[in-house]
Amino acid sequence: MKYKDYYAILGVERNADADAIKKAYRKLAHKYHPDVSKDPQGEAKFKDVAEAYATLKDPEKRAAYDQLGKHAPGENFRPPPDWGRQFGDSHAFEGIDLSDLFEHFTGHGRGAGARRAHMPIPGQDYEGAAHISLEDAYRGATVDLELNVSELDERGLMRRVPRSFKARIPKGATDGQRLRLRGKGGKGLNGGPDGDLYMNIALHPHALFRPSGHDLYLDLPLAPWEAVLGATVQVPTLGGTVELKVPPGTQAGQKLRLANRGLPKPHQGAGDLYAIAQIAVPGIVSDKERALYRELAASASFNPRGHFEEEVKHERQTH
Amino acid sequence: MSARLTETTWLDAHCEVTFAELTSLSGLAEAELRELVEYGALTPNDPRATQWTFSGECVVLARAAQRLRASFDLDPNALSLAVGLLERIRALESELRALRAQLPRRVR
Repeated sequence: MKYKDYYAILGVERNADADAIKKAYRKLAHKYHPDVSKDPQGEAKFKDVAEAYATLKDPEKRAAYDQLGKHAPGENFRPPPDWGRQFGDSHAFEGIDLSDLFEHFTGHGRGAGARRAHMPIPGQDYEGAAHISLEDAYRGATVDLELNVSELDERGLMRRVPRSFKARIPKGATDGQRLRLRGKGGKGLNGGPDGDLYMNIALHPHALFRPSGHDLYLDLPLAPWEAVLGATVQVPTLGGTVELKVPPGTQAGQKLRLANRGLPKPHQGAGDLYAIAQIAVPGIVSDKERALYRELAASASFNPRGHFEEEVKHERQTH
Repeated sequence: MSARLTETTWLDAHCEVTFAELTSLSGLAEAELRELVEYGALTPNDPRATQWTFSGECVVLARAAQRLRASFDLDPNALSLAVGLLERIRALESELRALRAQLPRRVR
């Protein structure tokens, strides 16, 4: 069994009183709780903090933990020979870790199994994240999820075991959506119902499309003459390339809507795809092209900054 | 042994759960759930109905409420406030993501 220094995890002295332990826990919980923290490592850190607090806040568990002695964090150790007799079943130490040992610790040899022998115990719920591509969200996908979960063994003791899940994600998933896999959590005991698995959907960023709910946004670069004269251009969508008519006089930033070309909605319909017009300027121009641009500049009456003078005048009049 | 394929349920507005199902799925006691409704942190589909039902989104919120209550020892009033604020943050983040998606990137 690997040793974890619960006092060091909470940042308190070994002789800290209950109030100091509670205060340290609360401070760290505010920082790392997965429902409030933005730290990507927050969930893992909070797990350690919660595990340490669950043991140290309970005087009986804390006494049993202290009796294990002080070791280096991560060091392999065995509880002292009399520890099992004093606090629980010594046969239960094999193949479990410290959190498993204390999660259902009841003290004085009253094993969790004894207390729970006839009580229906619902199975634990599991949570996991499924990272999928936008293409998977468009078509639907089957994902494999590997989780390290806590499960009660036949003696009612918690053990950490690897579990594999295969789930069908229906088409139309969006970022942050939740799916429930009924009965795929931990097994219930004594007739208790099995737990569920909750899956959070996380979409990988896409090189072209930016999702907003079920709508998609795509930047559509246009040559200056395409924006002025209008054009028919090929546009990629998740369902294949389509033709889009760009109207004459299209401005940069204007959104051209392709109805129902976004992500399908789970129950019916689909989002839209918006192509955002951008005017792209060639980096290198030939002599002939330069000459044509100069000719255009000389004969064009268009002044894109014509409103500056008027706006300045208006500001002076109003202030 | 390979894992068996499991069908999934969206926890969205189209999924409906009863009051009893919501207590069982969230791990909150009936009284706690009633207080969350009373304080406005959770809204039943029809608050005037004799048998309340909730959207699947409420399952996500109620489970978060249960985690927060367990981790911070919050009383129902503080819990409702925290859940309400978390929901506002979630809605604002979602709006921010939507607006960011609409911002054009630099043309290459």
